[in-house]
Amino acid sequence: MPQRPGESVSEENRNPDADADAIRQICDRYANDRHRMMDILRDVQDRFRWISPEAMVEIATRTGLTRIAVEGVASFYAFFTQQPAGRVTIRLCDDIVDRFAGLPEVTAAFEKALGIGIGQTTPDGAFSLEYTPCIGLCDQAPAAMVNDIVVTALTPERVHEIVRQMKDGQRPEDLVSHRFDEIRPYERAARMVQNNVRHAGAVLLGPVPQDAGLAKALGLSPSQIIDAVEASGLRGCGGAGFPTARKWRAAAATGAERRVVIGNADEGEPGTFKDRVLLTERPHLVFEGMTIAARAIGASEGILYLRGEYVYLRDLIEETLAERREKGLLGKRIMGVEGFDFDIRLQMGAGAYICGEEGALISSCEGLPGEPKTRPPYPVNRGYLGFPTVVNNVETFSHVARILDRGAGWFYAMGTEGSHGTKLFSVSGDCINPGIYELPYGATVQELLAMAGGDDAEAVLVGGPSGTMIARDTFDRRLTFDDLATGGAVVIFNGKRNILEIVEYYMSFFVHESCGYCTPCRVGNVFLQKAIAKFRAGLANPGDIDYLKDLSATIIETSRCGLGMTSPHPILTTLENFPLVYSAMVKPTRDRIRDTFDIQSAIDGARKLAKRRSYIFDKDYGQ
Amino acid sequence: MTEEPRKVRIATASLAGCFGCHMAILDIDERLIELMKLVEIDRSPLTDIKRFHGRCDIGIIEGGCCNEENVEVLRDFRRHCDVLVAIGQCAIMGGLPAMRNAIMHSDEPLRECLEEAYISGRYIRNTTHDIPNDPALPLLLDKVYPVSEVVEVDYQIPGCAPTGDVIFETLTRLLAGRLPGFEREHIKFD
Repeated sequence: MPQRPGESVSEENRNPDADADAIRQICDRYANDRHRMMDILRDVQDRFRWISPEAMVEIATRTGLTRIAVEGVASFYAFFTQQPAGRVTIRLCDDIVDRFAGLPEVTAAFEKALGIGIGQTTPDGAFSLEYTPCIGLCDQAPAAMVNDIVVTALTPERVHEIVRQMKDGQRPEDLVSHRFDEIRPYERAARMVQNNVRHAGAVLLGPVPQDAGLAKALGLSPSQIIDAVEASGLRGCGGAGFPTARKWRAAAATGAERRVVIGNADEGEPGTFKDRVLLTERPHLVFEGMTIAARAIGASEGILYLRGEYVYLRDLIEETLAERREKGLLGKRIMGVEGFDFDIRLQMGAGAYICGEEGALISSCEGLPGEPKTRPPYPVNRGYLGFPTVVNNVETFSHVARILDRGAGWFYAMGTEGSHGTKLFSVSGDCINPGIYELPYGATVQELLAMAGGDDAEAVLVGGPSGTMIARDTFDRRLTFDDLATGGAVVIFNGKRNILEIVEYYMSFFVHESCGYCTPCRVGNVFLQKAIAKFRAGLANPGDIDYLKDLSATIIETSRCGLGMTSPHPILTTLENFPLVYSAMVKPTRDRIRDTFDIQSAIDGARKLAKRRSYIFDKDYGQ
Repeated sequence: MTEEPRKVRIATASLAGCFGCHMAILDIDERLIELMKLVEIDRSPLTDIKRFHGRCDIGIIEGGCCNEENVEVLRDFRRHCDVLVAIGQCAIMGGLPAMRNAIMHSDEPLRECLEEAYISGRYIRNTTHDIPNDPALPLLLDKVYPVSEVVEVDYQIPGCAPTGDVIFETLTRLLAGRLPGFEREHIKFD
């Protein structure tokens, strides 16, 4: 599917009939099924580099929808464009970790080499340059996507080399290897991305016998499988920590003719990249766990939802799925068990953080904008297309496979009371050894810092921006569900970093990623971001600290889904753990007149327009 | 002979407003006669007194800040008044004048605003094609500011304009020493 930059049809000599034909073929590929809208739009975007109004009409006709319904989906996702994107679209990862790792210089180098700014496309349609939030490569920042491949550890020199190669008419794939099409998908992924496994634990990243857990599960009844998962103490690894067995039991108990298992690999929480590593190094384990889940709840359909930023892993995953079908580990009569049919399809996302929320993820799988659903009903009762659905993080499924192999007691014995087993931590930021650490629950932040070489850490963000930012005096806190709960992100900041800059960045991230459905989140986060900007500019009043707390409480209380319920965390946790940072920036009032209002800058524009000075505020007026 | 208690001193000003809130003060109607036994009005358009004679107990501000003179007057009020009350939407949020704050996607929003108002607007008849620029005209601010962004405000009374009843109640309760707020139906305008 990837095209050479020179190959694409230019705008002037398009043939409308041929275009419509191509779109019809794409829709046919998905049986004109409106629930496959994500796949249809992805293919159209890949083929034409945008979703034109004509394309939307054609897709609507084929899928039996209105054009506006198609546009609703197309306009929701960042990777679908309604203007022609460059044949080579470069998306620079704009995470705070990338910024601290030299993103400004890399951006400048791209802008200079391409002659365009961020958000622009070259006049010949060859290149687009964009910013995108965290693409899950914080351990090798600054990073970028070049169409469907990724490039890491960028420097201005490397940028010039990339642009030169692209301008010479090479494909983005050639940046990986000139033999890209011949080498295996794993090899391609490994050449693009270092997985930086720094510490392999006993469960996931150590030696893993393939499909041993599945074989043992098939000797158990479905309810015995759930009992084993329950006895292991396993809780969801995506961040919320819901007991896995309880979720499965609810789905199994709901009467229905179809049930669905969904693996959530939409890890968008800035600073998280454990699923990336898991899917590269242990893809079979993920699918083994999903297959066990299917057996436990009686599902025949599975979906792996992979974030659009990880499209470079698509071939690897498709190859793994094909291999499992070939070996009888997916499809009809799995491992020869009569009546046990289960298959998994890969669903690519298209650049939307909110799709990590299970309701939004299901919406996206259904071909809808990635908006959360009203709860209840919960997905275990009415999920994908209305059928009982278990959505678990891919790490959770991997644990399941190992628990079934080694036994619940083995898993339960690791970790601490209430937090059993191991966890993958993605460590990035100011440390010597960024990467993946698989540790039993219960390690202290200090211990993790010692392993990662983060000796000069002054602040550590555990759980990404929707988690907790802690200061040096509490580095003895533990990584457990009861103390510092996390989906796995640990971002380290040293004393040179500006806490308020970090907070402002994360608030801008939430503003960008709010789906816009409910007002407290859509509007409230903008107000929070503006308030933090006031602090940074030294324009905050003493009352603004209370304002931050009040507004945060309102957003948390009234938002519809987890995004708004956690988006004020960067502010609230830094207010709690770094109070001096805020109080140092507040300007007290004198005579109850606000110093934060600057009359000189307020009248400066008028002074220039009127070409005269102020008779009130310019002391030398009239002299 | 007992000395009469000192009257409460009140000052008022209209900044970037339409004087509607001051008209609403007059809607207190005949109750003004009773009120005036308790208060005296210092600096105010109602008395046409232009400078503070002394410290005041209550200052009432209508309108937000659109120019430097508004800022000067407002700061003067804050310095001279114990309790500052902002009345009406313009004082509280900027109100109608703050519509010009919506010119955001321009390098020179103020110039764009003035040119449309005096030169390029569709219904403008301005034979000189000049934007007024007499030295006596106060300089405009870059945008219209609510009162609370320039000084600390003690009470905000919403409405466009607040009713005479609400203003009367505000004053009598302040005179009695407490203003706990209003029942919703008194400040509901939809």
